[in-house]
Amino acid sequence: MTSAQTLTADAPLPEVAGTEKLLLTLVGLGLLLLLPATFDADAQRAHWCFFAALGLISVGTLSWAGWKYGRKPPGVHHHNLWQRASTSRGAVAWVTGIVLTGFYVILYWFSSPDDQGNYGPLNQLVHALDPFSQWLRGRPSDQWFLYGTFYTLAILVMGVRGLLKYRHSPYHLIRTGSLMFFQLGFAFLLPGLLLAFQRPEFYFSYFWPLKQDYLFPDTVGYLLKDGGPALGVFMVFWTAVISFVGVPVLTYFFGKRWYCSWVCGCGGLAETAGDPYRQLSDKSRTAWKWEVRIIYSVLVIIVLLTALLWVGASGAVPALAIVTQPLSQAYGFVIGALFAGVIGVGFYPLMGARVWCRFGCPMAAYLGLLQKHFSRFRITTNGAQCISCGNCSNVCEMGIDVKQYAQRGEPIIRASCVGCGMCSTACPRGVLNLENGPRENRYQGSQLIHADSLRILS
Amino acid sequence: MHLVLIGNGITGVTCALTARQLRPDARITLVSAESAHHFSRPALMYVYLGHMRYQDIKPYEDWFWAENRLELVHATATGLDTAAKTVQLDNGSVLTYDKLLLATGSRGRRGSWPGSELAGVQTFVTLPDLELLTRDTRQGVQQAVIVGGGLIGVELAEMLAAKGMAVTMLIRDARYWGAILPAEEAALVQRQLDAHHIVTRYETELEEILADENGRVRAVRTTTGEELPCQWLGLAIGVEPNLDLARAGGLETDKGVLVNEFLQTSAPEVYAAGDCAQLRAPAAGEVAVEQLWYTGRQQGETVAYALCGTAPRPYRRGTWFNSAKFFDLEYQTYGRVPAEPDAGEHSFCWQHPTRNALLRINFRADTLAVTGLNVLGLRQRHDTWAAWLQAGTPVTEVLANLGTANFDPEFFRQHEKAIVAQFNQQFPQHAVQLRRRKGLFRV
Repeated sequence: MTSAQTLTADAPLPEVAGTEKLLLTLVGLGLLLLLPATFDADAQRAHWCFFAALGLISVGTLSWAGWKYGRKPPGVHHHNLWQRASTSRGAVAWVTGIVLTGFYVILYWFSSPDDQGNYGPLNQLVHALDPFSQWLRGRPSDQWFLYGTFYTLAILVMGVRGLLKYRHSPYHLIRTGSLMFFQLGFAFLLPGLLLAFQRPEFYFSYFWPLKQDYLFPDTVGYLLKDGGPALGVFMVFWTAVISFVGVPVLTYFFGKRWYCSWVCGCGGLAETAGDPYRQLSDKSRTAWKWEVRIIYSVLVIIVLLTALLWVGASGAVPALAIVTQPLSQAYGFVIGALFAGVIGVGFYPLMGARVWCRFGCPMAAYLGLLQKHFSRFRITTNGAQCISCGNCSNVCEMGIDVKQYAQRGEPIIRASCVGCGMCSTACPRGVLNLENGPRENRYQGSQLIHADSLRILS
Repeated sequence: MHLVLIGNGITGVTCALTARQLRPDARITLVSAESAHHFSRPALMYVYLGHMRYQDIKPYEDWFWAENRLELVHATATGLDTAAKTVQLDNGSVLTYDKLLLATGSRGRRGSWPGSELAGVQTFVTLPDLELLTRDTRQGVQQAVIVGGGLIGVELAEMLAAKGMAVTMLIRDARYWGAILPAEEAALVQRQLDAHHIVTRYETELEEILADENGRVRAVRTTTGEELPCQWLGLAIGVEPNLDLARAGGLETDKGVLVNEFLQTSAPEVYAAGDCAQLRAPAAGEVAVEQLWYTGRQQGETVAYALCGTAPRPYRRGTWFNSAKFFDLEYQTYGRVPAEPDAGEHSFCWQHPTRNALLRINFRADTLAVTGLNVLGLRQRHDTWAAWLQAGTPVTEVLANLGTANFDPEFFRQHEKAIVAQFNQQFPQHAVQLRRRKGLFRV
C-alpha cells in the first residue's frame, strides 16, 4: 500500500541497462582491486593492482558518465535520485560512508611513517606512487601525496561527469572547469614542483582561515626561512593580501562563490564527487540554527587562536607559551582533521557534500558575513513565476530552503550560499538567477507577488 | 471571528496566510480531504520522477501552521448549512463559521468513454491520483497511452517515459497544445517529444477502452480505428471544479461555484476562489473558470480581504503570465499570445536556427504597443515585461532594451543581436538599434 510518505520509494524504477551494469561493474572491480593493492604480500603485484584499480575506476566512471549523460538530450538529469540506494541514504550509501570515514581515520591517525618508512595500512598504496612522486616532487611518496592524488583524481574524473551532466549550462561548464584547473594546478602540481625545487610545499589556492596555519607565527617563520628571501616573502604576502584584501574585494563583486565554488579544493570535491549527494543536505530550520551556532563559533575560535599565537610568539606574555601549542594542536585535530576530513567527506553519502563548508569552515563563515553585508551578489527571483515545487531547495547543497524566498518573490541573500547555481539550473520555471547588481534595493522583492510576512525563518 | 477555509491548496493557503496578516486575532481553520498539509500540486510529478520525496514538495515545514495559529483539519467536508453557518465533516464533527471559503479545487475529467472505470485508467491531478499511479505502474506496464495534448498530458508522458515505459499520446488537435501555442512553438515542443521517444497521434481521439480478463485496461481503440495495446491509460483532457459541497449547501453553480467580483457566492458569508470558482462577469478577454496555480494564488489573496471584511477588493487578474516545462524545454509567457494572432496585431517570431530557443513578440500594428511574449528555451524577466505590457511600450523600445529583460544565467549565449537583426529585416520601417546587452555587473 502506498502512502504519501512512501510515494517516491514505491514509484517504479527503470530497469538498469546491461551496458550500465557492465560499466558500473568495472568501477566496482577497480574498487575491489584496492584490497590486494593494500594487502598483497607481493609488493610488485600490489603495485600493479594499484594502477589497475585507478585505471578501472577512472575509465569505468568516465565511460559510465558518457553513457549515462552523453546519450541523452542535454538538460536536468535528476531522475530517481531519491530512489537509488546510493543517493538516498540506502545501504550503498551507508557502506560508502563507512568506507570513506574509515579511510580518513586511517589516513589521519594510523598512517604516519615509522622509522623504517612504513606507512601502516596504507604502506603499499603510498609506495606504489613513489615513481610518480619522484618524477613530480623529486622525493618519495608519503601518505599526503597518496591522499592528494586520490583527491585530485576524484575531482578530475567526477568533474568530467559534471561537465557531461550539466553541459547545457555554460555556467556549470566554466565553473567546473575552473575547479578542476585550480585543484590540478594550484593544489597538486604546483606544490609538488615547489618541493622538487626544495621550496616549501605551498598551496596558493588555500588561505587563512581555512588553511589556518598559513598565518600562524610558526608557519610564517618557516615560509620566510625555507622559501627564501623572494619566494618566502611572496608566499606570506600572498596569504595576507588575499585573506584581508582579495577576499573582501572579490566577494564584494561576485559573492563568496568566486572562492567556494570556483577555486576552493573542498568546494571542488563537493561540486564534483559530491554532486550526486547534494539533495541530502538538511533544509530544516533546526539545521539552520545549528549551522549558525557552529560555524561562527569556529570563526571566532580561529581568530582568537591566531591572535593568541602571535601574542605568544611575541613573548609579551611568557605564560602563554604553555597553552598556545596544545591549543593549536587541538584545533588541528578537532577542526582540521575530524571536522573537515572525517565528517566533511566521510559523511558525503549521508548528509550531503557540504557538511564542512556549511557547518564548519571558518573561511566560509568569513566569506558569508561579507556576502551578506558587503556584496553585490544576490539570487534574483523572477516575478511571480514560482510554483513552490521545491526543486531549488532540494538541490541546495548548503541546505538553504530556497523556495521560502522564491515563493515570496524575494531575492536570496544568505551568508551560506556558495553560488553553485544549481537552484537556477533545477528550477523548472526559470525563476532563479545569480546576479551581481547594485547594492541599493538589493533586498527589493518583486512587485508582482505579495510576500507574506508570517513567521517562516525566524 | 472564525474563518473556515475548505481546501488547503494554493488558494486556501494563500487566503489563510493573507487573512492571518489582516486579522491577527481571527481563528482560522483549514479543512482538507486530500492531505494533512499543503503541498505544491505542480510538483507531484517530481515525486514520481524521484527528484524529491513527498515531504520535499511541502512549501512550509510542519511547524509553520501551529506557529502561525492556523488550525488544520484533515477530513472531508460533507455538508453545508448556510442558514446555521455550519459545515459537517465526515469525522462526525461540525464546524461553525463566521465566514466560509470554498477552495475545493478541481478533479480530472474522465469523459464518458466505455471502459473509463477500468483498473489502470485514471486522471492525474491530486495526491490520491499520484498514489494510484504509483501503485498501478509499479509493475507490468510496458506501454502507456495518454489522452490529451496539454500540460498534464506532457507531464505524464515525461513521468512514464522516464521510468522506461513506451508512451503514446492521443491528441485531438493537429499540433501539440493547439488551442494555446502557435505553430512554431508547438513544433519546438514536438522536437522534445521526439527526442524523448514519445509517440504522438494527432487529430486522433479515444474511441473505446478495452479490458483484459481481470478488468484492467489492455488496449485502446482510437477514432482512426487503430488498436493500441497499453497496460495503463492516462486521461488528461482537462479538469472540472469540485462542486459536491457547494451543491450540498444549495449554492448557485454552473460549471463552477458562481461568484461576483468579490468572489462572493449566492449565500451570505460564503465565498469561493481558485479552480472551483466561476466568475459571473469575467472581464473582457478573460475566462470565467481558470484552473491555474497563479490565478489560484491571486484569488486566494483577494478573497482574504473580503473574508476579513477589511476593505474588500474586486478580483483583478492583471497582466497574464504563465510558465511550463516540456521535458528539457522551458516556456514562459507574458501578456497575450493567442495561437493565431488577432486582427490588427503583428507577431514577430525569432528562432535559433539549430538550438531550442524561440522568442515571439506580438504587438499592435498601429501603435506598435507590445501585447504579448512567448519564450521557449530562454528566460525573460517577469517584472520588466509586466511593466512593458502594462505601459503598452512600443516594440521598437522593447527590442532596443531587450537585454534588460534577459534572465538567462551568466555566460549563456545572448541572442538579442540576432533577434534585433531579424526584426529589422522583417520590419525595416521600424528598424531598431540594440541599446543594452546583458552584462556581468548589472541587473
